[in-house]
Amino acid sequence: MSKLKLATAWLDGCSGCHMSFLDMDERLLELAELVDLVYSPIVDVKQYPDEVDIALVEGAVSSVDDEKKIRKIRAHTRTLVAMGDCAVTGNVPSMRNPIGPQAILERAYLENVTAQAQIPCMIVPKLLPIVRPIHEFVKVDVFLPGCPPSADTFHAALTALIQGAPLDISALTRFGA
Amino acid sequence: MSTDVEVKTLLIDEKEVSARAGQTILEVARENGIRIPTLCHLDGLSDVGACRMCLVEIKGSPKLLPACVATVQEGMEVSTATERLRTHRRMILELLFAERNHICSVCVANGHCELQSLAQEQGVTHVRLPYRNPELGVDASNERFTLDHNRCILCTRCVRVCAEIEGAHVWDVMGRGINSMVISDLHEEWGASSCTRCGKCVQVCPTGALFDKTKVGSDHPKYPDFLPYLNLMREAR
Repeated sequence: MSKLKLATAWLDGCSGCHMSFLDMDERLLELAELVDLVYSPIVDVKQYPDEVDIALVEGAVSSVDDEKKIRKIRAHTRTLVAMGDCAVTGNVPSMRNPIGPQAILERAYLENVTAQAQIPCMIVPKLLPIVRPIHEFVKVDVFLPGCPPSADTFHAALTALIQGAPLDISALTRFGA
Repeated sequence: MSTDVEVKTLLIDEKEVSARAGQTILEVARENGIRIPTLCHLDGLSDVGACRMCLVEIKGSPKLLPACVATVQEGMEVSTATERLRTHRRMILELLFAERNHICSVCVANGHCELQSLAQEQGVTHVRLPYRNPELGVDASNERFTLDHNRCILCTRCVRVCAEIEGAHVWDVMGRGINSMVISDLHEEWGASSCTRCGKCVQVCPTGALFDKTKVGSDHPKYPDFLPYLNLMREAR
């Protein structure tokens, strides 16, 4: 049996979920026996592969770029996992929602600076008016809340997903865990 | 004085139980070890049936009844944990999360929140409705406590404890429906209100809406279990 293809992606989040993923420590070696990591911020692949079995997506959808990425990931992934509270609820990135992106950008780049006041408009993607969880854009197969989900949660969830075993998320984690 | 007690017998989750007339379904269920999830109910306060978490099914009735205010009737057949009820409870919790800005990870009540733990218990892993993201204020004018409307679920425990136990009735609810807000006095700042600074409202608040300013991070367990004892002591006097 060939190994499953695992991808991880990073939208608007702090990378804490990826850090927690790495906290699986020596269990990552067992995992590496079962899956190939084909795309991730921690490997040097730039293009999302055509066929991925399991994708863990960290972060909320905050920019036009995030939206493009999540749609591409969905189109090429069998099992899409919303990894962590930002992906599941919007979490901290969504705290700008009641205020709106323009007021935030002005506060950060115009009001609070002493030199070269300007709102970035080159290279960086345009912010969406509202930060939203990924399931408001694409179908999500598994929700893994937590800020971040613990290494044990990752291990239990991934083991179940790889084996096709039943998975009781609420027994493992919760919002804010 | 008559000591006669009118006894009602009924079925809760197919278990035969007996109760005193006038008892609520919730009381009788708890006496018999049957757990019905609750949120606005708190032992020691009056019940208002606001949150609908404790809805139960009664055989022969098309309507669901809140167990905290519905009284037992002879021959009643009550179900407390059907799939229909579980579906409704999950939806109620999702509506609460969608209504205001509950960001668990940065909330002072993280790990000690009844809304959060009920969501976990009821298997809520995400909210299917779009979040409303309302712009809501924080009242930090009280020297000891803070009111964060972002986390308020309008359970009115604070209103009831202040009126019924402290006797100050500082808190009340302003507005209607989705625009309802907890206010102090006639919509004064909390710090300028007739508040006695007793802190009972903080201890009974199920979320991080009312919190002690000395608590930082997510280190804010609450201790509402003083209420039944306080009531008992007062009745004994």
